[in-house]
Amino acid sequence: MKRKRTNLTRILTASLIYLELIVVAVIVIYPLIWIVGSSFGSSKGLANASAIPDHATLRNYIDLFRNTDFPVWYMNTLKVAAANMFFGVLLSTLGAYAFSRFKFKGKKASLLSILILQMFPAFLTAIAVYMLFLNFGLLDSLTGLVFVGVAAQLPYNIWLLKGYLDNISTSFDEAALIDGASRTQIFVRIIVPLATPMLTFVAVLQFAAPWMDFILPRLLISSEEKKTVAIGLYSMISDQTKNEFTLFAAGSVLIAIPIAVLYIVLQKYLINGLTAGGDKG
Amino acid sequence: MTALHTKQTPAWAAGLLSAIVWGAGQTLNRQYLKGLLFFLIGAGAFAIEIATGRYTDMAGGFRFRENGGFFLKGLWGLFTLGTQPRTMGLTGLTAGDHSIVLMANGIIALFILLLFLFFYIWNIRDAAKARSQLNETGMLHSSLQEIKKLWESMYAYIILSPAALLTLFICVLPIVFGVLIAFTDYSRSNLPPTKLVHWVGLNNFVTVTEVFSWMHTFLGVLLWTFVWAILATITTYFFGFFQAVLLNSSIVRFKKLWRSIYILPWAVPAMISALVFKSMFNGQFGPISQFLLDMGLTSERIYWFTDPSNTNLARILALLINLWLGFPYFMALIGGTLTTVSESYYEAARMDGANAGQMFWKITFPIVYKATAPLLMLSFVSNFNNFGVIYFLTEGGPANPDYNFAGNTDLLITWLYKLTLDNRLYNMGAVMSIIVFLIVASFSLINLRKSKSFEEL
Repeated sequence: MKRKRTNLTRILTASLIYLELIVVAVIVIYPLIWIVGSSFGSSKGLANASAIPDHATLRNYIDLFRNTDFPVWYMNTLKVAAANMFFGVLLSTLGAYAFSRFKFKGKKASLLSILILQMFPAFLTAIAVYMLFLNFGLLDSLTGLVFVGVAAQLPYNIWLLKGYLDNISTSFDEAALIDGASRTQIFVRIIVPLATPMLTFVAVLQFAAPWMDFILPRLLISSEEKKTVAIGLYSMISDQTKNEFTLFAAGSVLIAIPIAVLYIVLQKYLINGLTAGGDKG
Repeated sequence: MTALHTKQTPAWAAGLLSAIVWGAGQTLNRQYLKGLLFFLIGAGAFAIEIATGRYTDMAGGFRFRENGGFFLKGLWGLFTLGTQPRTMGLTGLTAGDHSIVLMANGIIALFILLLFLFFYIWNIRDAAKARSQLNETGMLHSSLQEIKKLWESMYAYIILSPAALLTLFICVLPIVFGVLIAFTDYSRSNLPPTKLVHWVGLNNFVTVTEVFSWMHTFLGVLLWTFVWAILATITTYFFGFFQAVLLNSSIVRFKKLWRSIYILPWAVPAMISALVFKSMFNGQFGPISQFLLDMGLTSERIYWFTDPSNTNLARILALLINLWLGFPYFMALIGGTLTTVSESYYEAARMDGANAGQMFWKITFPIVYKATAPLLMLSFVSNFNNFGVIYFLTEGGPANPDYNFAGNTDLLITWLYKLTLDNRLYNMGAVMSIIVFLIVASFSLINLRKSKSFEEL
């Protein structure tokens, strides 16, 4: 008798759990299916967009490449993202190496300033950056965008990487030093390989950021041919008169898929990195 | 012995020499190369000033505005913010001062001057130190030896310098600039180049606290920002926790499949998701509104984010959409922590006759909470400044006529954006930035003081 009851509760719990899992899964997936479906929709407006379009067509994707500047925006963003990743990783690793492995005057003060800097909302500086770039002729250039993109994340990245390097024993460095390796060799041959998990995290974030960064390009970029995808996509949807919803959907799908794949493949690194960011304050 | 004694120059004299002429003290110490280097740095500073100024044309005496070079004119500009506005003539704008450009140049000049000041003090101290060493031991390193030693000890500085320069000019400089703007009247009614900006002291801060509409907006937005940040953090954390525990249970099969589905909102860029939701909940054309109408559940279209008579609807919906966006991260995180909880705890509890609820609240929750608590504060801070969700989803709407340039779902950060970019009230925006920073910094500091890395500092 008793066993039967536990069996019943077990089945009941199991079905409740599965019900919950299915409901949540539907809520999670539906908006994504809806936007993918809309991107194949044959009528351009939002009103007729649906998850399962009546007459599925690739026209939106073709239009996106033929009749809009999407390919240009895409290439711009790709360039910015690549440069952002390269310089972001390079500068923050070098900085973290210096802070983690060397004693020097002003180290404490610099670390404290890094801590304070990373608390500033990037927005506070954006207007000022705009005025400064106006002064130095960096306005409306992708280079300027990279400068700001790298600098804005630098304090956080250095702090994060420094914390990671601090946890790696210095015995490897010391052994190499005895063998006559220079400090630059130690950096390239020992520190960089050991810090790869955290470097991956920084690299992915630095690469992914420009695809979705809105405020900075909106401020710093004005000409059509220098726009990044975030600005381009936003202009498609914010202009109610344009009625380009399905184009926006197609563009979104093309951006979201590579980023999502990247995030899912590297999710272990990313979650660990974010966790470390919290632990280190 | 006495001969040597008379030859001794006191250390302060070498320092004084270097104070008068860069590198002179080093030359006295017979460290010629080092002296030359210091001299060149000092001469460089003067050369910049002379070359960029107009020192040949001083008929009317020295005037900062007309004759000053990079440093002197820069400092003059920073103090006065210009004296001659440009006016619209028949042939275009006349020549004059642009207050904001002057301010930016002034800050840069000040920064570089401080850098030179650092070298100047180093130059004096070095001369005095080397001299006293010479007096005591009668020995001195050659310049070359010292420079080599310096190079070794400078390795950290050298590899730090690119990061430091970038941070200085693109983070620190703008922050100083932004803070200074809060003390000026730089706004749409007073835009350069045809008008001059002035220092107004604490006037803008007084306006925020004393003018009712500003105070009203500020307190309203601040309160909602706190409510938003707290609720957004709690909902994502607990729902993520809940999903992680469910997935961890032995009943559930195909765990990997479920997890891959739930991680999607985290992997898709948040801006795209927010814009998709904005379209889905579009009052006029959106599918949700249409669906409810078709099913006969509502008699008219619902204007989710724009209906001023139903502000809580927009707020609750924004929180729910934020939950959609935010729970996967905590789910993945807590899922990872759950696997580290030793099974032996549960076995022991089961032997003592504990039920599932007790096991959760007495074992699972405390362990996971302890491991994830620092992230809660981090999540609170990032929700406090969650520009993306609010701006792309609601644009701050529904509009609130009682507020100054803010809607009912506006957070401090989106209000700040509207103040500066849409309404060009740069000075008020700067005041708000300072307030946002103070709030965020105080919360971050609470978190930080508990962390290990801070103690090491």
